[in-house]
Order: sequence, then structure tokens, then C-alpha cells
Amino acid sequence: MRQLVMILIMLWIANSAAAAELPAWKARLLPEGDAWRETEQHFVFNNGTEPETLDPALITGVPESRIVDALFEGLISLDPETLEPRPGVAAAWSISADQLSYTFNLRANAKWSDGSPVTSQDFMASWERVLTPTTAAAYAYQLYPVKNAEAFNRGDIAEFAEVGATAPDARTFVVTLERPCPYFLDLVAFHTLFPTPTAVIKQHGDRWVRKDNIVNNGPFVLSEWLPEQRIELTGNPHYWDRKHVTLKKITVSPQTELNVAFNLFKKKQLHWLPALPLARIEEAQRDPDYYVMPYLGVYFYRFNCTKPPFNDARVRQAFALATNRELITSHILKGGQEPATWFCPPAGGYKHVAGLAYDPEKAVALLAEAGYGQNGKPFPEVELLYNTSEGHKAVAEALSQQWKNNLGAQISLHNSEWKVFLSDMNQLNYQIARSSWIGDYNDPNTFFDMWVSDGGNNRTGWSSKPYDELLQQAANEPDKATRFALFQDMERILVEQEMPILPLYIYVNQGLLAEQVLGWYDNVRDYHPLKYIWLER
Amino acid sequence: MARYAMVRLLQAPVVLLVLITISFFLIRFAPGNPFSGDRNVDPQVMAALEAKYRLDRPLAVQYGCFLADLAKGDLGPSIKHKGHSVTEIIARALPASMLLGGLALCLALGMGLILGTIAALHQNSARDVGAMLLAVIGISLPTFVIGPMLQILFAMKLDWLPLTGYEGIRAPVYLILPALTLAFPFAARIARLARAGMLEVLQQDYIRTARAKGLPERIVILRHALRGALMPVVSYLGPAIASVTTGSLVVEMIFGIPGLGSKFVESALNRDFTLVIGTVIVYGTFIVICNLIADLAYGLLDPRVRFQEAGNA
Repeated sequence: MRQLVMILIMLWIANSAAAAELPAWKARLLPEGDAWRETEQHFVFNNGTEPETLDPALITGVPESRIVDALFEGLISLDPETLEPRPGVAAAWSISADQLSYTFNLRANAKWSDGSPVTSQDFMASWERVLTPTTAAAYAYQLYPVKNAEAFNRGDIAEFAEVGATAPDARTFVVTLERPCPYFLDLVAFHTLFPTPTAVIKQHGDRWVRKDNIVNNGPFVLSEWLPEQRIELTGNPHYWDRKHVTLKKITVSPQTELNVAFNLFKKKQLHWLPALPLARIEEAQRDPDYYVMPYLGVYFYRFNCTKPPFNDARVRQAFALATNRELITSHILKGGQEPATWFCPPAGGYKHVAGLAYDPEKAVALLAEAGYGQNGKPFPEVELLYNTSEGHKAVAEALSQQWKNNLGAQISLHNSEWKVFLSDMNQLNYQIARSSWIGDYNDPNTFFDMWVSDGGNNRTGWSSKPYDELLQQAANEPDKATRFALFQDMERILVEQEMPILPLYIYVNQGLLAEQVLGWYDNVRDYHPLKYIWLER
Repeated sequence: MARYAMVRLLQAPVVLLVLITISFFLIRFAPGNPFSGDRNVDPQVMAALEAKYRLDRPLAVQYGCFLADLAKGDLGPSIKHKGHSVTEIIARALPASMLLGGLALCLALGMGLILGTIAALHQNSARDVGAMLLAVIGISLPTFVIGPMLQILFAMKLDWLPLTGYEGIRAPVYLILPALTLAFPFAARIARLARAGMLEVLQQDYIRTARAKGLPERIVILRHALRGALMPVVSYLGPAIASVTTGSLVVEMIFGIPGLGSKFVESALNRDFTLVIGTVIVYGTFIVICNLIADLAYGLLDPRVRFQEAGNA
């Protein structure tokens, strides 16, 4: 009996010691009590599509990243609630005073799913693979803040040794940056920078991500992949933090038909439905499981600034002033989207500028100043291009009506399938084009660097020297407040003075989440790592 | 008959080659790039991607390489589904489509022939009107209406059948609703064709002869009349089989069937060049074979066709 009591006391001490070791941020994320033990920890969600691949270096979409974030782990992971950097494969890291050098200390117990250790050499090889031009990683630019990474990726440097990444020993990884990058840790937590098993990739080529070949280092392993049927994940027995992973099994459904997915949720066959069918938004809003949260994305229109009439900033301003965004968000979208006269969502705590509010009289005056209207030439009919979709069509119809009423402008609507639309937009073969942008990381830079003159994502033909200079200044500015002020200056050029674009609204994420799902938090990134989710009742 | 079949068989590869060539060039000339996306792809990445899929070479060379690979049975890698070959994707999707299509075809034939025969035998009666009304509804209601309606009734309200999903032959319960949805329009057409065929046959001399010989009506209908009534149905079945067994985009999307129909559409939208050609080849081959079989079956079913051909030869 005494022995038993002793054992119990020792167990209790060991247990509390383990609990005490846990940092507060982590303790906060773990299940309290034992209620979860009575529930089968099998989480089912709809991913909306079949993933193109599960290779962290190559994926570009949100559905892929939901699975890849469960299969792999970077040096850093993000806090699911606050999005702050948290230890991942790196147990600790330090940043030099000049913010140019990052040293990551890898944990000794970080392992691949085959039991071998994850080393700094793995990161070297993975980053080299991402940056090697023949890998054709579309998101290789996420590594560009690293010294010489861009030059290596463009083929200007042949030796990877010149890139700012070194592995002094198996558990130390040192990264040197081109210039200070305040959001670098955010990038390190992004899937493009995850470690990949390069030996396995060499052996199996493109087929390394198959169930029988894949070796990964995240909290879950791929236990089934039936294309267009389902993907199943189960706990990774070699994961260093496996005792804090509650879910035992995850089933990912690729149902593209959102109406059917909605019905599956109603039948309680899904725990999470991250996208809703447009026609049933109001029905969803009456459901207690409905959630809506702001998203790091913006819906806007591009003007082709190279051809009349939109090569005149006054015309572009007039169109912005003649746009009543509230009508769009409250009557067409109805999902709580925020009407926006500005471009940048609150990325990393950024505060947007005012932009041009709805003022049809001022719009007419500006158009007259540009030489159109009663005393000038008639405004030519312009074409609005959007990619075929019911939602885009509804917005385009409403806006063309507003511009007709407020400016007397005749707008013809033209829709084309996605690939044709992209081709037209890239070749500036449009007058006004529907667009959207989702931030790559939680910093305003991801919304501003795209408008640099001749940038690949600019697609308006607009260029501005003052804008480019401000962007350059912001890139070299270490102080956050000054940097954000520079971004505000850029935003003023974008949405008050030059208007190459017409912002319409800030996206929201809306979906259905079953009541028994816990450890799932609202955040602007729509980032919900499966590691921290559990089920109760 | 044998010579006719031989000629048709020899024609088939030529027809397919023409089809493949036209599809190959059509999809290449369509605007849009398989690698373009929301985000701009850097030029060096684009170049590497194009080199990987041989898209950087002159079109004639690409076509030559493609034909050479095709001769070896290699349809190349899918551009969209990285790490999966086109052959593999088709091998995975085709059985699902064929299983569902085969089931739908049996249902369509069963429902169509019964309805058509009943309608013809009771021409201009309430039963005729009822059966044909059903057929008109079946033809005019698109699958994207029938499918969700069946789902709401049998899966949501009554909870008798699963809403969506596919487990192959191991769990046929998943196939019932999609097969029914797929079968409806075909059943409706078959019913109308069977009715027309049956009405025509019932006027024929040999039917009168059969009746005059004192054969029971059941035998007259099932053995003699039905055979003749099948004629128009059979010529319709050729393309119908090809279309029903190679998949339907709508039914596959609604019921989550991993079939070929969605691949066909999705690959064209994604400019997944290799997969487009792969699905075209499958679909083309099926059409050619099914039409051939339909023609041959025509001869087998109708003695007049056989007799005529023998006379010509």
C-alpha cells in the first residue's frame, strides 16, 4: 500500500513538473480536464478540392496547405490564436542586433516519420531544392529576403554556398539576410520553407508524396490518399510533441460541390466546412455553428492605366468616387464583408488610410475636368472583365449600374474562364478587371510590393517613381512605426491620388464549425493547425 | 457482315488519329497557360516548368514526341496533378465511371423498355399519356436538378441512402442515387424510341402472321415485337453507352464519384494538355467501339439487314 502511495505521489510530482515545464502560451492551447477522453478524436472536414500535390515546396493553395501544415513542421510554427512565432523544429532562436542574422537551435528530438533525426542539413538541402531553378517552385520568392537567394533562384549564382544559409553543426542553422526583414519569422513558418526529405525525393521523384513513399516530420502521417475520395491522417509516432496532439485521426473530404458539402455538415458528417455555397449564406447565418471572421484579403478592380480612358488618374478617381460599396456588401454579399475604400487589410496591426469615400457629385466634376460629360466628349463605352462566376457577375452588374447612374458611363460586362481571364489580364488586354489579393504573410508588405513598377503582379501598366522609392525606403527601415507610416504614404498614392486600382471590400472567412470542435481560433490568416484541435462531447 | 466489320475496324484508328490531332492543336491554340495563376509566376520558374513538360519546343516537335510516346502507350504526366501520369489517372477514374455507367445503363434500359412497351400496347390511353409524360419530364429535367432532388428526398429527409461518396463495388449503396440520376434522361429517350419502334412493328405482317398462328400475346410481344422495337433503341445505344460509361461531370460532382467526366472538363479548364488528350482518346475510342457494336447488333437483330447485305455481297 505504501509503495502504491509513493508511486502515485511520484507520478503526481512528475506530472506537475511536466506541466510546469510548459510555457504559458502552450498550456493555454491544450485541452483542460478529461472530457475529451470520452469523445472519439476523429475530425472530419471538407477541403473543397483535391490537392494538386502535398509537396511543401510546390504547393500554392490553401486546401493543400491545410494538409501540408499537418504533415510537416518548419523551424517556427505560428500560434493558432495570436499568429506569433512559436518553436517548431527549432526549440529556440536568436536574432542579431542588426536583424541580419538568425540562428536557429534545432531540438534534439525532432524526427522524420521514419525515425531519423531532422537536422540543419535537411533545411539546407530543402531550401536549396526550393531555390534551384529546375524545381520550378512558384513560391520560391518567399526565400528572397535571404542573402543571394534571389540571385541563385534566377540562375545568376551557380553555387548554393553563396546563399545566406549555413549549418555549422547538425542542430544549428544560421540564416543571413539581404536586409532586415521584420516578417522573416512569419516566412520561416510558411510551407515553402519547411524541411523536405531530399533523399526520399531523389529516390522517388515526383511520386515521393504518395502514401507509400512519403516521409514527413509533422504531427500527423498520411495513412490513406484515395484521389477524389478522401485523405486520411493519423498521429505520427515519431513526432517530438506527440503527447500534445489530441486528434487520433483526420479525414479530409475533397467535395467540390459546396451545396452537397453543406448538406453533409447538416447531416453531422462533417465537423468543419470552411467555405459556404453563395446561395445558402443566409441559411448558414441562422445556424449556431456559423462563424465569420475578417481575412487577410481584399477584393478590388484593376484599371488598365495604359489606354484611354483609364490612363487619366482623374477618370479612375471619378469611378472610385461613384462607387457605393455598402450597397454591394449589404445587398449582394451579405456575409459581413467590410466595404473598403483602402487596399491593405490590418496585416500585422497596420492601420489603413481613408481613401475616397462615395461622392457622386465630385465624381462627375472630376470626369468633366478630364474632358468628359455635358461640355466635353461623351464617355466611351468601357468593358469590365471578370472570370466566370455567379458572385463576380452580381458585383459587376451592380457596379456597372452605379457607374451608369452616377457618371452616365456605359459599361459592358465580359466574362471568360479563369485561364483566358488570366492571360488577358497579364497582357493588359482589358479596361477594368476584377481582382483579389490574399496576403502571403501577416505584414503590409505583401499588399504593397506587388505595385512596384513592372512587378509581375502589378498587371495594370501603372508605375510611379515616388511609390517605388517609398517601397525601397520601407524595405530598409528597421523601425516598425516609421515603416508603417511609409506604407500609409504608399496607400495614399494607391487609393487617393493615382488609383490604378479600385478597392471594394475586405474579405471575410465564413463557414460552419461544429460545436464540439475546440482548439480552433479566429484569425486573419484562416490558419487552423490541426495539431491543436480536439473534440469534446 | 464480316467484311463490313473489318472495314469499320480498320477505319477506327484513322478516325482516332484525326481526333487526337485536332484536339492536340485545338487545346494548344486556346488562350491561357497551364501554369498561370492568381500570382504571377516568375519568368525563370515558367521557363523551368515549360521545359519540364516539353512545352518550350516547337509545336511540331511536341506533336511528334507526343505521337512517339503514344505509340509506346505513354500519355505523359498530368500537368495539374503533379506526380501522377495521365494513364494512371484514367486507370483510376475509368472503372468508377464504367461501374456507375453500366449500372445506370441497365436501369435506363429496364425502365425505358417497360415504359415504352406499355405505352405502345395501350396507345392513346391514359397509360400511354402517363408513360410519355414521365419520359418528357425525364428528358427535360437536367441531372443537376434530379440529383439534388433525389439527395434531398432519400438522403436528407428519409435518410435511407448516403448523400455522397464512393466506395466502389464494395458498397453499392453509394451508387444507387447517382445511377438513378444518370439513368433518368436515358430511360426517357429509350422509352420514346421503344414506343415508336413497337408501334411500327405491331403493324407489320409478320406480327399479324404470328397472331394468326394463334401464339399467345405474351410470346408475340416478347419474342417477336420487342425484338423489332429494339431497333431504334440499339442505334441510339451506341453513343449512349459511350457517353454514360465515360462519366458525367454533374453526377460526379454532386455525388462525389471519382470518375472520368470531371477529369474531362477540369483538364480542359486547367489547360492540362496531356490529360485533355488522354480523356479525348478514351472518349473517342469508346464512341468508335460502341457505334461499331451497335451497327453489328443491328444486323444481328434485324434479319432484313442481314438478308440485304448477303444479297449485296
